[in-house]
Amino acid sequence: MTTRHTFWAGLIGLTLLSFLSLFIGVIDVSPRDLISDQETFELLVISRFPRTAATLICGSTLAIAGAIMQMLVRNRFVEPMTAGTGQGAALGVLIVTLTMPSASIFTKMTVASLVALASSLGFLAIIRKMPPTQPLLVPLVGLIYGGLIGAAVTFVAYQADLLQYIGVWMNGEFSGVLQGRYELLWIAAGVGALTYLAADQFAIVGLGRATSINLGLNYSQVVLIGLIAFSVVSALTVTTVGMIPFVGLVVPNIVSRLAGDNLRRTLPLVALMGAGLTLICDILGRILRYPFEIPVGTVFGVVGAALFLWLLYRRPQHG
Amino acid sequence: MIRIENLSYAIEGKEILRDITLDVPRSGFTALIGPNGAGKSTFLSLIARLEPLQTGSIHIDDLQIGQCSDRDLAQRLSILPQVPDQPPRLAVRELVGFGRYPYNRGRPTSDDGAKVDHALSVLGITDLAQRSLDTLSGGQRQRAQIAMIFAQDADYVLLDEPLNNLDLAGTRTLLVILRNLAEQHGKTVVMVVHDINIASRYADRIIAMKEGRIVRQGAPDEVIDKALLHDVFATDAMVLSSDFGQVVLV
Repeated sequence: MTTRHTFWAGLIGLTLLSFLSLFIGVIDVSPRDLISDQETFELLVISRFPRTAATLICGSTLAIAGAIMQMLVRNRFVEPMTAGTGQGAALGVLIVTLTMPSASIFTKMTVASLVALASSLGFLAIIRKMPPTQPLLVPLVGLIYGGLIGAAVTFVAYQADLLQYIGVWMNGEFSGVLQGRYELLWIAAGVGALTYLAADQFAIVGLGRATSINLGLNYSQVVLIGLIAFSVVSALTVTTVGMIPFVGLVVPNIVSRLAGDNLRRTLPLVALMGAGLTLICDILGRILRYPFEIPVGTVFGVVGAALFLWLLYRRPQHG
Repeated sequence: MIRIENLSYAIEGKEILRDITLDVPRSGFTALIGPNGAGKSTFLSLIARLEPLQTGSIHIDDLQIGQCSDRDLAQRLSILPQVPDQPPRLAVRELVGFGRYPYNRGRPTSDDGAKVDHALSVLGITDLAQRSLDTLSGGQRQRAQIAMIFAQDADYVLLDEPLNNLDLAGTRTLLVILRNLAEQHGKTVVMVVHDINIASRYADRIIAMKEGRIVRQGAPDEVIDKALLHDVFATDAMVLSSDFGQVVLV
């Protein structure tokens, strides 16, 4: 099956899943009620559709963000949510909450994006000095770096009596998504779609600085564009639904193993699989302990790890 | 012609290159030799604009490094980068296709496809076209990289120690290909190489460097002698003259 066939098959599957997602929740809804009952229709518009859309956007854009970061850093074991970018975004929201409590959500988002970008730049500056012969140092340093920023956020929040607030940003889940409270994510969707225009550039940057310059690419500019893209996506996710780890790590790795690293070809697949897996995990989270919910990050951790192990231990097929 | 004028370069106060002025003529196969730390790789990476210039100037024909556009230069001059430790999961054809990037900016035409096919066949890797780089041997990967450079179709081709990690057969194949690039395709090939005998056997011209300076240059027969080994490489090895050029007994 070619990449293109896989993509269309996946898209059909994703559409069915999204439809299913609209009808799963504490209040019982069936497609038939939709036409006859006004309240049901409102429930769908106010809660179920926003939740499904938010899940799809977060899943796809976080997976794209992970794929781009892995190309820029030239390491398959990093992702924005564990290497300081997500924590930086949380720090940004915290700074706004402390200094400008009445700031608009747009201000919050801007500051979160800027601090996320600064954190990503910091990470890049740190790992530049690392020996390329030790690829596992990079994700480890990322975990420590992200952990440090996360700890700073928790400490400041504790001092300011904001622990409950930051719980919302640090543990992402979709149950709080309602109409009017998630729309900023459409900006993330736009950024994610725009990255496709630079798919070739990111793939070339993944071949290293020398190859990029040899091919006439403005290396620093492409790296900066990539950094901004995944920082903005992370910041928007953190401000609206909170941190969702693993998506950016697991999905690009699965796609790379199955279909390779040519982002022009594989980035749509990354987006699709990110959206699909996240939605499946959110649906599972809704029905496993019905009527209670398990946060999507927790479910994804289990499902993603299982999938990844399966991929590692089966015979390599690509190539 | 590559024209280098008054080129100096220092890293953290340590002088790596000292006031180099040199012309590398068009076409032909030039080998850059010298002991470790002579500044060969730095010299090559400055010509390939991988590092910014500090003092002096470099012209590739009419294009001045640091002044001309990256894209124009990428169509004129190419450098074979070191093969990455962790090879990307790209099909050979995809990698070679990136060689056309300076021309098509990611929108390949049918002409680009033909050039890629030609590069694959010149390097003898047509049958590997759909294989992923991470499933190839070091030698095959190296050839895929060179096919990318070939598809890039620049007049000047720079290579920094391309023979590392190649076995005897791989080394010979690659050298024959590089000779062929210079002879049949009129490219100007400049290669940093450690093995003097390889330089002697395959290059048209040898440039010897020591402590950041050019100390000797010319045809292999003129350059390689006992004095060179003693002065530049600080070793006393014998030099034999043979029908195939000078041979250094290491």
